[in-house]
Amino acid sequence: MEKKSNRVLSAIESVCYKFRYLFLILYVALMVIVPFLDIKLVHAQVIILIGVYAMLGMGLNVLIGYTGLVSLGHAGFYAIGAYTCALLETKLGVNFWLALVASGVLTAFIGFLLGLPSLRLSGSYLSIVTLGFCEIVTMILKQWESVTNGNYGVRNIKQPVFFGIKLDMYNGGLIVLMLVLCLIVGVASLAIRNSNAGRAFRAIKDDELAANMMGIHVSRYKIMSFVISAFITGIAGGFYCVTRNYIEPGSFNFDVSILILSVVIIGGLGTIRGMVFGAAILQLFPQVFRFLDEWRYVVYGLLLIVMMRFRPQGLLGWQSTQPYHLSKKTKQILEADGGTSEPLEAAGKTEGGSEQ
Amino acid sequence: MSAFVGSVINGIALGMAYALIAVGYSLVFGILRLINFAHGSIYAFGAYMVFLFVTLKLGFLPAIIVSVILSGLLAFLMDKVTLEPLRKKGSDTIAYLITTVGVSFVITNVLSLEAVFGSQRRLFPSTNLFGSIRIGNLTIQSSQIIMFVAALILMLIMTYVVNKTKMGLSMRAVEQNGRAARLVGVNVNRVISFTFFLGGASAAIAGALINGYYQSISPTMGTTIGLKAFAAAVVGGIGVLHGSVVGGLVVGVGECIAAQYLGSNVRDPMAFVILIIILIIKPNGLFGKKGITKV
Repeated sequence: MEKKSNRVLSAIESVCYKFRYLFLILYVALMVIVPFLDIKLVHAQVIILIGVYAMLGMGLNVLIGYTGLVSLGHAGFYAIGAYTCALLETKLGVNFWLALVASGVLTAFIGFLLGLPSLRLSGSYLSIVTLGFCEIVTMILKQWESVTNGNYGVRNIKQPVFFGIKLDMYNGGLIVLMLVLCLIVGVASLAIRNSNAGRAFRAIKDDELAANMMGIHVSRYKIMSFVISAFITGIAGGFYCVTRNYIEPGSFNFDVSILILSVVIIGGLGTIRGMVFGAAILQLFPQVFRFLDEWRYVVYGLLLIVMMRFRPQGLLGWQSTQPYHLSKKTKQILEADGGTSEPLEAAGKTEGGSEQ
Repeated sequence: MSAFVGSVINGIALGMAYALIAVGYSLVFGILRLINFAHGSIYAFGAYMVFLFVTLKLGFLPAIIVSVILSGLLAFLMDKVTLEPLRKKGSDTIAYLITTVGVSFVITNVLSLEAVFGSQRRLFPSTNLFGSIRIGNLTIQSSQIIMFVAALILMLIMTYVVNKTKMGLSMRAVEQNGRAARLVGVNVNRVISFTFFLGGASAAIAGALINGYYQSISPTMGTTIGLKAFAAAVVGGIGVLHGSVVGGLVVGVGECIAAQYLGSNVRDPMAFVILIIILIIKPNGLFGKKGITKV
C-alpha cells in the first residue's frame, strides 16, 4: 500500500520536474496578479504567515534535514531576526531592505556562536543547548528594557517601501514580497543542497564518523549549516516584523520552536516542497478547524502522534526516483577517469536524493 | 543578607522537588536516549489529580497516593500506546521526540478543556500545614520543609530501587546496552514501562509538593517546570540519580538567587544559563559518564 502511494508521488514528482520552468513562470505570474486580487485582510495575514513559516521551515531544514542536527530553539533566531529589523527601523530609521539584510547577518553571526558548542556536544545534548538558547534570547529581550522595551515589545514598525510604493496588507504588496523572499530562499536552499557543502551536510547526517573518515571537515560544515540556517531564519524574522505592527518577546517562545520543527517534520524532512506544504497545513489547521474550538489542539497533538506512527518521513517526504544530478565538470572527470557516467546515473535512479 | 539566605533556602527546597521531576527525565533518557517532552504535562496532570481528589474531600495524603498511581499509569500508557509501536518499527529519534510533544499537547489541552478543569489558574490546597518558623527576620514555611524532606525521602527510595532491587539492576543493564540486556533475558519492554511509571509517579509527587507551596495550578505550567527540571537532569549528568539531585539543587538555588537580585524575568531562563555553562565545561554534565562511540 505504502509502496504504491510512493510510486504515485514519484510519478507526480517527475511530471513536476519536467515542467519545472512552467511552474516557475506560473509562480512569477502569481506575483504579478496578487496586487489586483482583492484579498481580505484576514486571509492576507494567514497567507503571509504561511510564507513566513515556510521560510522558517526551510531555515531549520538546512540544519535538521540536511545536516541532521536537531535544533529546538529556532524561535530564538527568529526573535533575533525580528528584533534586529524592528529596532533598526524604529530606533535608527534604517531603511527596511538594509535592515532585513542586517537581521540576516546578525542572526547568522549568533548562529555561528551557537554552532561552536556543536563541536563538543552531540545529538540530544546539542538540542538541549539550542532549547536553552531560545529561553535565554527571550530573557534578554525581556530584560534589556532600554533597547528592546522589555515585555511591552517594539511598536509602530513601518511597512517597507519599494520605489515609492508602500507595501502593506491592503495592496497585497507584502504578499508579493513574501512570494519573492520564499522563491529566493527556496532556490537558495535547493542550490545549497546540491552544492559541495550540501553533499557534505548530508554525508554528516548519514554517518558523522564515516564522513570524517572520508575527509569531510565535520566541525566546519556543522558550523556552516548553523550559520546558513540562522541566516534564513533571521530573514524570515525580519520579514515577519514588518507584517505586524508590533512584536513582543512572548511571541517567540518554546511553542514557536516546536511549531517550526513541526513544519519541517510534517512537510517532509530534507525537502523544500514539504516546507511550504507543512507551513500551509499548520497555519490553516487552526483556521479550518475553528469549529472544534478548544478541542483543536487536542486534535493537533493526536495528529502529530498518528503522523509519527504511520508516516514519519512527512506528508511530502519520499525517496526521489529522479536521476541524480551530476554537474558537467563531474561528468567530465568521470569520463576522463575511464568510466562512463551512464552506470552512475542509472544507479542514481534507484538510490538518488530527492530533488525540488 | 537574610534575603540571600532566604533565597538559598527557598532554592534548596524547590531544587529537591525539581530533582524529583528530573529523575523521570534522567531515567528515560538514560534508557531510550529520548527527551520526554510529555513529562512536564504529566507533572501538571499529577498536580491536577491531587487538586481533584482534595476537592472531592478525599484528604490530602490519599489524594496524593491516588494521583501518584494515576500519573504513573498515564506515563506507562503513553509509552505503551505511542512509543512502543515506534520502537518496534525502529523509528528515528526525531519521531519519538515529536510524538512526546504530541502527547504533551494532548494532555495539556485536555486538562484545559472547559469540561475538564478549564484553562484558568486555580487555587491549590496549601501544604503549609504547620505554619512557619521565624529565625531572626528569616521566615521558613513548613511547606518548604515538607517539600525538602518528602523529596529527600523519595530520592532515597528511588536510589534504593535503582541500586538494590532486581528491577533496578535490569534498568541499569538496559541503560548500558539494550541489546545485550535482552540477550541475557531482561524483559526490556517491561523495564521501559516500569521506568515510565516511576517517572510519572515521582512527577506527580513533585506536582503536589511544588504547587502546595505556590498554591496555584494551571494546565500549561508543566512546560516551564518540565524544561527546568530537564535542565537540572542534564546539569547533574543524565542517567545518574545523585546527579539529578545536585542538578536540581544547583538550578533551584540559582534561579532563586537570580530572581532575588536580577528580577523575576530571569527566574525561568536561569536554569538554561547554568545548563549551557556546565555543558560547555563538562559536555556530559557534572556526574555524567563519558560515552564512547564504537564503530
